[in-house]
Amino acid sequence: MTQIDSPSSSGGSAAHPVSLRVLVIVIATLLALTGLTVAAASADLGAAGIWIALLIAMAKASLVVLYFMHLRYESLFYAVILTCALFLMVTFMAIALMDSAAYQSDIYPPPAVLSS
Amino acid sequence: MATSNAQSLTPTVDASPIRDNYLTYRRGVMSWLFTLDHKRIGVMYLVGVLFAFFLGGIFALLIRTELISAGDTLMDADMYNQVFTLHGVVMVFMFIIPGIPATLGNFFLPIMLGAKDVAFPRLNLLSWWLFIIGAIVALTSVVGLDTGWTLYTPYSTGTAAGGSHAMMGVIPVTAGAFIMGFSSILTGVNFIATIHMLRPRGMTWFRMPLMLWSLYATGVIQILATPVLGITLLLLIADRGFGLGIFDPAKGGDPILYQHFFWFYSHPAVYIMILPAMGIISEVVSTHSHKHIFGYKFIAFSSLAIALLGMFVWGHHMFVSGQSDIANAVFSFLTFAVAIPSAIKVFNWLATMYKGSIDLGAPMLYAMSFIWVFTIGGLTGVFLGSLGPNIHLHDTYFVVAHFHYVMVGGTVFAFMSGLHHWWPKMFGRLYSQRGAMVGWLLVFVGFNLTFFPQFVLGGHGMPRRYHDWGPQIMRELGFEAQVNLFGHLHLISSIGSYVQAIGFLIVAGVLVHALFRGRRSPDNPWGSPTLEWTCSSPPPHDNFATAPVVGDPYDMTGLVYDRQTQGYVRRGAGAGSHGG
Repeated sequence: MTQIDSPSSSGGSAAHPVSLRVLVIVIATLLALTGLTVAAASADLGAAGIWIALLIAMAKASLVVLYFMHLRYESLFYAVILTCALFLMVTFMAIALMDSAAYQSDIYPPPAVLSS
Repeated sequence: MATSNAQSLTPTVDASPIRDNYLTYRRGVMSWLFTLDHKRIGVMYLVGVLFAFFLGGIFALLIRTELISAGDTLMDADMYNQVFTLHGVVMVFMFIIPGIPATLGNFFLPIMLGAKDVAFPRLNLLSWWLFIIGAIVALTSVVGLDTGWTLYTPYSTGTAAGGSHAMMGVIPVTAGAFIMGFSSILTGVNFIATIHMLRPRGMTWFRMPLMLWSLYATGVIQILATPVLGITLLLLIADRGFGLGIFDPAKGGDPILYQHFFWFYSHPAVYIMILPAMGIISEVVSTHSHKHIFGYKFIAFSSLAIALLGMFVWGHHMFVSGQSDIANAVFSFLTFAVAIPSAIKVFNWLATMYKGSIDLGAPMLYAMSFIWVFTIGGLTGVFLGSLGPNIHLHDTYFVVAHFHYVMVGGTVFAFMSGLHHWWPKMFGRLYSQRGAMVGWLLVFVGFNLTFFPQFVLGGHGMPRRYHDWGPQIMRELGFEAQVNLFGHLHLISSIGSYVQAIGFLIVAGVLVHALFRGRRSPDNPWGSPTLEWTCSSPPPHDNFATAPVVGDPYDMTGLVYDRQTQGYVRRGAGAGSHGG
């Protein structure tokens, strides 16, 4: 499916590791997913809307990281680094938001923006 | 142990004038300001952070002088608030965070690794410039910030203070800290990339000196946590400058969210401060005990464990700020868990010293002081990490004493230990041991005199950040009966700060005197087996003329004292063989 011009596991290779064909396919997929994002935002999907939007966003981010940022062609070490950073971010957001949700009802007066 | 292809280094044992070294390689101010040499960048950082330490120290003395007697001694409450804020901002962002990694780390990481420079020398220079620019931007707020260095919302967004003139400094300080954060990230990137990519043949992970493990763990934290500080500060600027309302409940925001953001960086930042300090202690304790380090792998992995666990304890700064109970319980538990890798290090250092041939010079005295004060700082953290006692002790002088024992006691003592340990290598001159030991004595006694009474003050309820402890204000707080006690303890604490200041001035005098009048240092004055002591003092521009021989970094066998050079050489190394 892909043609790798030169291995760049050291990260120091000057040659581009991803073929033009793959890059075109990826950008076309990204544009299609953007269209899907717009469509999903326009449709009334109820509570599932946010999850569908997040799923599309995650797919787009993955494509960018894997192909445009070459993660797919690099050594496993970089994937581990990225996963650690993501894990840290998710943990931070989960704990902060969980904590915030626990006392939202105590915040007084009720947020004007949210109630309007 | 030595690699087959590596050639041995020839130690320079003659006392002839210093020739080609990084100090004399090029001349002129511009050759320093735009240098790509990690050693020169390390020295420039050293100048910068020592100036910040001096500045922060002046603010500290102003604080202690104000508290030496009741009422307005030197300044009023508003001015006091600004002075302690500046003390915190300068000491944390400009001294302690870059203090060890950017100075000693920059200077010694490549040499200890056996490399010629860091992986990205230009980024290294950029990080120094960003540090200087950030520091200047932050200091433009010199007359207008009274939030404390934590910049807590809603006060810092002006909603509570109504935008008083004293709040004008919020944006410059946050912008300055934001820029300095980039400097910190670049240093971390450089350290990690250098350790991964530039290890010479034979330098396996477990042959790296423990200082490098510590700097690696520090780099991980710098890269993962510092961006969050950047985001936090930008959100704060957006809130304050444009009324965005992220942290404003009236607009659906949440002020405690700011504390989550802030401490998600600032607690790991404590480990940015302390991990490299621990690396120094590992080197100094082993070298000056003339004994192989005890528990190498445990110390190495405990650095990574501290870096990992340190990421998940930020909530212990927020036990009484309205954080949910479940979060409190989780953070309290994780806080206790950090004690395990910290204690592993302390026990291994003590085991290294056990039956060692301890050389009680200035570096070792500072290292032993580190273990003493860090242990006190750590154990008092147990009180603060417990949910019940924390309610009693939060925002009292107990907290002030605790974090000064950890940060000043820990980091500064280790920094001084490292500075005395590596000074002969950095500048090729030996300092007066007697002078340095007098300086150490005053700093150590002064430090404990300053901060130990503050534990007692806090235990009796004296709140922090008050510029007065007189009868009137204490009556309002319900501490009328303690006024006399508070007065005595504040007096002792202030006297201690003056003793410390004199000690630091003596240390500065001794080290600066050594630069100009000090006896020329041999290549290896302490008998350390790590690689930096195999190159000449000061090191040449490219660190190593030939590939260094890599072996066990703590193998002392064969290192013998040579009377002629008054330094250590490898046995049978008259011609320079360094067997690994």
